[in-house]
Amino acid sequence: MRRSRFPFIVTMAVLFFFYLPIIILIVNSFNASRFESGWQGFSLMWYKRLFHEPEIWRAARNSLLIAAAATAVSLVIGTTAAIALHRFARSRLQRFHFGLVYTPLVVPEILMGISLLMLFVTAGVELGLFTIFLAHVTFCISFVAMTVLARLQDFDESIVEAAQDLGAGWWATTRRVLLPMLLPGLIAGGLLAFTLSIDDFVITFFVAGPGSTTLPIRVYSMIKYGSPPLINALSTILLVLTFTAVAASQRLSRSRH
Amino acid sequence: MKRESRQKVRESLVSFPSLFWLSLFFIVPTLFVFAIALKPANPYGGIGSGWTWDNLRSLVNPNYLAVAWRTLWISVLSAAVCIVLATPIGYYLARVTARWKGFFLMLIIVPFWTNFLIRIFAWKVLLHPEGAIKKALAFSGLIGPQTSLLYNAGAVVLVTVYTFLPFTILPIYAAAEKFDFQLLEAARDLGAKRLQAFAKVFLPGIRRGLITAVLFVFIPALGSYVIPDIVGGPSGEMIGNKIAQRVFVDRNLPQASALSIVLILSVLAPLVTVLVLQRKRDKPESLL
Repeated sequence: MRRSRFPFIVTMAVLFFFYLPIIILIVNSFNASRFESGWQGFSLMWYKRLFHEPEIWRAARNSLLIAAAATAVSLVIGTTAAIALHRFARSRLQRFHFGLVYTPLVVPEILMGISLLMLFVTAGVELGLFTIFLAHVTFCISFVAMTVLARLQDFDESIVEAAQDLGAGWWATTRRVLLPMLLPGLIAGGLLAFTLSIDDFVITFFVAGPGSTTLPIRVYSMIKYGSPPLINALSTILLVLTFTAVAASQRLSRSRH
Repeated sequence: MKRESRQKVRESLVSFPSLFWLSLFFIVPTLFVFAIALKPANPYGGIGSGWTWDNLRSLVNPNYLAVAWRTLWISVLSAAVCIVLATPIGYYLARVTARWKGFFLMLIIVPFWTNFLIRIFAWKVLLHPEGAIKKALAFSGLIGPQTSLLYNAGAVVLVTVYTFLPFTILPIYAAAEKFDFQLLEAARDLGAKRLQAFAKVFLPGIRRGLITAVLFVFIPALGSYVIPDIVGGPSGEMIGNKIAQRVFVDRNLPQASALSIVLILSVLAPLVTVLVLQRKRDKPESLL
């Protein structure tokens, strides 16, 4: 039977659609022209300019700080959640627990942002890095829990039973059997939490205070009021960083198998 | 008996951290939104004392209704375009050899490692009056020199599709992977035209994937805020923009809460519909 070429054509067209804006952005970051109106020769001037913007570096530091702290805390809470959901899967409490962990994944970000803002305003908590940290932990928990839960559902329960039959107590089973087997899931969940935290704009914007600028908030104000070529250069640097990070983590996970 | 109660204690201990955190930072804040919508605003940008229906009543105003209507049609149209594009791609990926499959999936995911804001900004540059697309279209005579590609609802749909298309391709591809393609051949052998076989056999076969894909665009699109903010302009404003304006421009938190309730209900409606429909159709199984 002859197959239609239509699906192939759509796939190619969509890939072109996906890459076009990003490629133009990278090319423009090396464009000497201040406006995007044409090619005026190769230049690294925007990158040089970027190094003299202390605001960006401060924002990047804030972002890293929050991402590291939020990853650590959400990893612990998300993992205990996953273990509870897996071990006691049939109980009524866990059915509620699953709903509670799952719902933040489908709620639009702006709703989480505004509701947390209402909480902080009512409770009189001053907005700043700390409130951003609390918000980031909240949305990261669900992603970590789902990632670890998927890993737990994959593995062989009989190994845990074997450990218990051989006399290992609850703590020994957890530490010596469960955690090592969970490690790839923990790494994946941690990486996901870190990326989500460092990338988040909407929720952060609602709960940020004066002086607690993160990198995405900085990028946003540059998009709104700043000079486009600088954002091009910054975007290109961020792109290269994410690409190397993801490539490295993929190589790591491949060499493990 | 004793063993069972110890089991219960263990369960509550392990569940406690996440139950506590998400109750405090997810359930309680949501309840606050509902409560604050019934409070008056005070002149200092805070929340006044007493209770009032005014915030909810003020939602019935032609300005908000126009924005709500626009939010709905932008989300529906974006979801429709995504499905139309993602279905042939999912079909193609499911049929191509394993090697190419991995390669194409990679190509689809890679652009989305870039920051969300930066992808929107890239479109702002492209659609700009001095940008490449505008120049090409004006040169070819498809649009007049005065036509603006940026700052309208069309630009919002375009960038929304760009942002959420991968999230529709993946579930459709996952469903197509499990589809038995011999059924399509059987349908053709029995005399179905190619399109007929596609519509009557393939599409129902990947029904679950399609539903998930629709929800993956439709729900976040309803709550869109950054996309219309950057490429939408006044004629592309959505509910999310109105909420943000009430918070950041005139600091009226009760009014922002009232608008948020509208958004919460409009997000819940499709979710509940799908849950109910699925429960009717097949045995309880997880939704997404």
